[in-house]
Amino acid sequence: MPKLNDVVLKVRSKNAGPFWVTIDVFCGSDEAYEKVTKEVSTEQVATLFQQPTSALKRFDIPYLKVVKFSLPRPIVQGSRFDRDMHGAQWAVLLAEYEL
Amino acid sequence: MPTRVLIPSGVLGLGFDSAALAKGVAMKPDIICIDGGSTDSGPFYLGTGTSKYSRAATKTEWRELMAARAHLNVPLVIGSCGTCGTKQTVDWMFEITKEIAEELGQTLKIAKLYSDQSATSLKTALNNDTIKALEPAPEISCELIDTFENTVALAGAEHIAAALNSGADIILAGRTTDTATISALPIMRGDHAGAAWHGAKVGECGALCSTNPTSGVILVDFDDKGFTIEPLAEGAMCTPHSVSAHMLYENSDPFILYEPGGHLDVTEATYTALDDRRVRVEGSVWNAQKPYTVKLEASKIVGYQTTIIAILRDAHYVANAQKWTNQLQEFLVKEISRRMDLAPEDYTLEFRLIGVDATLGKLESKASLPSEVGVLGIITATDQETAGEIGRLINPFVLHYPLTENEELPTFAFPFSPAQTDRGALYEFALNHIMELDEPMSAFKLELEEVSYA
Repeated sequence: MPKLNDVVLKVRSKNAGPFWVTIDVFCGSDEAYEKVTKEVSTEQVATLFQQPTSALKRFDIPYLKVVKFSLPRPIVQGSRFDRDMHGAQWAVLLAEYEL
Repeated sequence: MPTRVLIPSGVLGLGFDSAALAKGVAMKPDIICIDGGSTDSGPFYLGTGTSKYSRAATKTEWRELMAARAHLNVPLVIGSCGTCGTKQTVDWMFEITKEIAEELGQTLKIAKLYSDQSATSLKTALNNDTIKALEPAPEISCELIDTFENTVALAGAEHIAAALNSGADIILAGRTTDTATISALPIMRGDHAGAAWHGAKVGECGALCSTNPTSGVILVDFDDKGFTIEPLAEGAMCTPHSVSAHMLYENSDPFILYEPGGHLDVTEATYTALDDRRVRVEGSVWNAQKPYTVKLEASKIVGYQTTIIAILRDAHYVANAQKWTNQLQEFLVKEISRRMDLAPEDYTLEFRLIGVDATLGKLESKASLPSEVGVLGIITATDQETAGEIGRLINPFVLHYPLTENEELPTFAFPFSPAQTDRGALYEFALNHIMELDEPMSAFKLELEEVSYA
């Protein structure tokens, strides 16, 4: 099964302030954008990050061919149990997601 | 009145293309603006009031910008001085500025904008119910406020405008929103407010909004209808896609950006390529809001840490790394209790397996067998002495703990002597709140100083 990374241009993530993390899926083509918007559900992404679906904000942005997810950081940036100060490796989980 | 803003890079200390800067200077901007900070490197910098970037890198780059400013005779503004934007780092930046002024023989009027908030004023605001929680927010109380090492409010365009109105040549601002240093002058000169904030957001990371993100220098022209953005490094291009996509960056909502005094809405913005390098943007909307609010940031000490690292290369231990760590942890908790009389709730001891799941922890789904595993032990206790003592206590077991009872004692690889490292205080961000202000300047302090070395 193809991974999300095989279909899209780039998946990136970053802190949006210390309390949020945001993940951008740059699809790169209309075809990939359609596939991602159809095949990647908010529920699936929430499961991947072990968060309740209600915690996720999702934005489908057709003119940029981008699907964006934002969620409160389950562990606040830099706090005792944080493993990724910049939140930039979160993207990998979604990039490796099997469609 | 149209306003031309030169942005040398996304942050002072990261470097910029000198040729591109010279090109920008030749285009006669009305102001040079650069950001100096962010929360992105974590709570340590705000907690300690220190800069993430080296003084040497900061000074080298600032000298170049001060020379450019003197040549143009326009204001030079830096926001969030020294990463965290506390009084300590504004004063640090002031010392650097004075040194350079002396070296270059410059006479300057320097404005220092302080964003620090005292515990007393925060408690008054809390009692007056003018501090509001954002989502998600840590708890706040007068007792907790007393534990904050440093608290800053993020200055907005009004504060930068006040500093500009003072006639300063150089503005050293404490914590400021990334965008406010850029939007202030266009707003003062009556340019389109939506465009001022949107152009500032797109430009604040320097060339990150272009096809050559590391090239640095960006020029933004603001007017009464919109803005035009242009990267100045050789070969760098802004495209409608690269510019519009920048609203996604480090922003949880790609259409809305909250700022002191209102929010930017780019839902209806249009992006047009003027040529293969420049993009024109119109249709962004600024929604002013009352009461005027500023965001607060605070950092507090929550413990002291000691770390220890061992590397497992023995294939049997690599394959059983998680099992080994679980057994070791269980054993150590008993040893710490027995020998130090510390209950598990008095400290934390955590092992992260580098090569297995150190980045993602329980979210990791990939199982693979690496050739070696780094075992990173992290101890957090109420004081450094205790954390260090736990480190010394566990040291021989991290080195020799066997998986089974009837085997020869293994010895793993320690890269250091001593194996453990005291990390000092552990800081945490303590606020995700906004504060209402009757008057924007009421929570900020502006000081003017003149230095003369001509």
